[in-house]
Amino acid sequence: MINALPKLPEFEYIKPENISKATQFLSTHAGEARPFLGGTDLFVQMRDRAKEAKFLVDIKGLDGMNDVRFDPVRGLTVGAAVNMNQVIASPEVQDNYPLLAEAARSVASYQLRTRATIIGNICNASPAGDTIGACLLLDGELNVHGVNGPRQEPLKDFFSGPGDTKLKHGDIVTSIRFPIPPEGLKGTYIKLGRNRLSDLAIVGVTVIGFPSANLPSGYIFRLALASVAPVPLVVDRVESILGSEVITGERLAAAAQAAMDACTPIDDVRASAQYRKLMVRNLSLRALTEIWNKVKDD
Amino acid sequence: MKLHRIELTVNGELDRVDVPAQMTLLDMLREKLMLTGTKNGCAAGECGACTVLMNGEPVNSCLVLAVECDGSEIVTVEGLAHDGQLDPIQRAIVEAGGVQCGFCTPGILITSRALLDRNPEPTDSEIQEALVGNLCRCTGYQRIIDGVLEAAELEKELAHV
Repeated sequence: MINALPKLPEFEYIKPENISKATQFLSTHAGEARPFLGGTDLFVQMRDRAKEAKFLVDIKGLDGMNDVRFDPVRGLTVGAAVNMNQVIASPEVQDNYPLLAEAARSVASYQLRTRATIIGNICNASPAGDTIGACLLLDGELNVHGVNGPRQEPLKDFFSGPGDTKLKHGDIVTSIRFPIPPEGLKGTYIKLGRNRLSDLAIVGVTVIGFPSANLPSGYIFRLALASVAPVPLVVDRVESILGSEVITGERLAAAAQAAMDACTPIDDVRASAQYRKLMVRNLSLRALTEIWNKVKDD
Repeated sequence: MKLHRIELTVNGELDRVDVPAQMTLLDMLREKLMLTGTKNGCAAGECGACTVLMNGEPVNSCLVLAVECDGSEIVTVEGLAHDGQLDPIQRAIVEAGGVQCGFCTPGILITSRALLDRNPEPTDSEIQEALVGNLCRCTGYQRIIDGVLEAAELEKELAHV
């Protein structure tokens, strides 16, 4: 008989006192220990026997992991254990990085976001991660503590496949830092789900745009896609198409077409690949037009 | 199997419980503390029937380990009424007809309580957004939303008494 609600398998719970001990434990038990934050995805996958671990290492209590810090020069640093509701409610985020709050607000439900974290969303490396597009386009850089001490990992090179990242055994992401955004930056995240709120993205489109005097068009536009490639995808051609000539409706449509051409979605339970491709074009055009209307009138 | 001794406050009372690492907060409440008001719907953080307050914020108790709750303050649906009096959100949801089969109700009450605590005068759309993680297959939601609006009114009146 199928057990409709299986329980979590047995594991040991480890709560290290400090980051060095946490890193040491994870590297000593490589392959059988996993760090976790909110566990909102990991527990479901372990329950379904899609992931396993002999040890779960709770890193939420480590020093600095619960801080949101804003500095007018260094930018915003969000600790790994800061939950999404805290990110959404942070005045520093609302004032300087509203796109990040908008993306976080699209994730699941309020009670799930009490546990879910931006860093968890990133390290989970699902192509559908709602906050990853914003983090990529806002030039997020991860602070990682590994066996050889701290280092920085730019987010743009971080993802290597569905669920796969550059992280090595023993690595713990302690925070993400965003530089001060360019003057006049506007952003949006358009998410297509099976319902208007709470579902996973069938397609997610994140767009930012801001003035740049050096370019023929006078503007830089960047676009990232969710759920339509093995990794969260930044479509570089959008930037060149909308940078090289004066922006018109045709140029916006060409950029949206480039986004459609760049993505490689699959058929799954939520939508067909063909539907996703077409919706990438439609929603990219919608997002680009929305941001174009905002930046040109600013 | 290794057990962890945890201390936590549940509905205002201090509890000491021995739990295995893999036991969820939901299972601990239902199976160790016999607080079966909190329901197990999907065990995946989607239906919201297991919602409880953890340090004042709603969580899906199916996705929280009991061992993580050491030192925490938990409120379940059993902790909403005080001195034999229903909480205003309980009264209002009942009066609005927001309960049919009742399985989702504990989660709806807890999520709504948390909403009113952070936003005492929510609009229709704010209530809808707050309750997006609580599925109800009976009511069609409108009477639940009416109940939350009514509870907000009730609490405003009580505050002025």
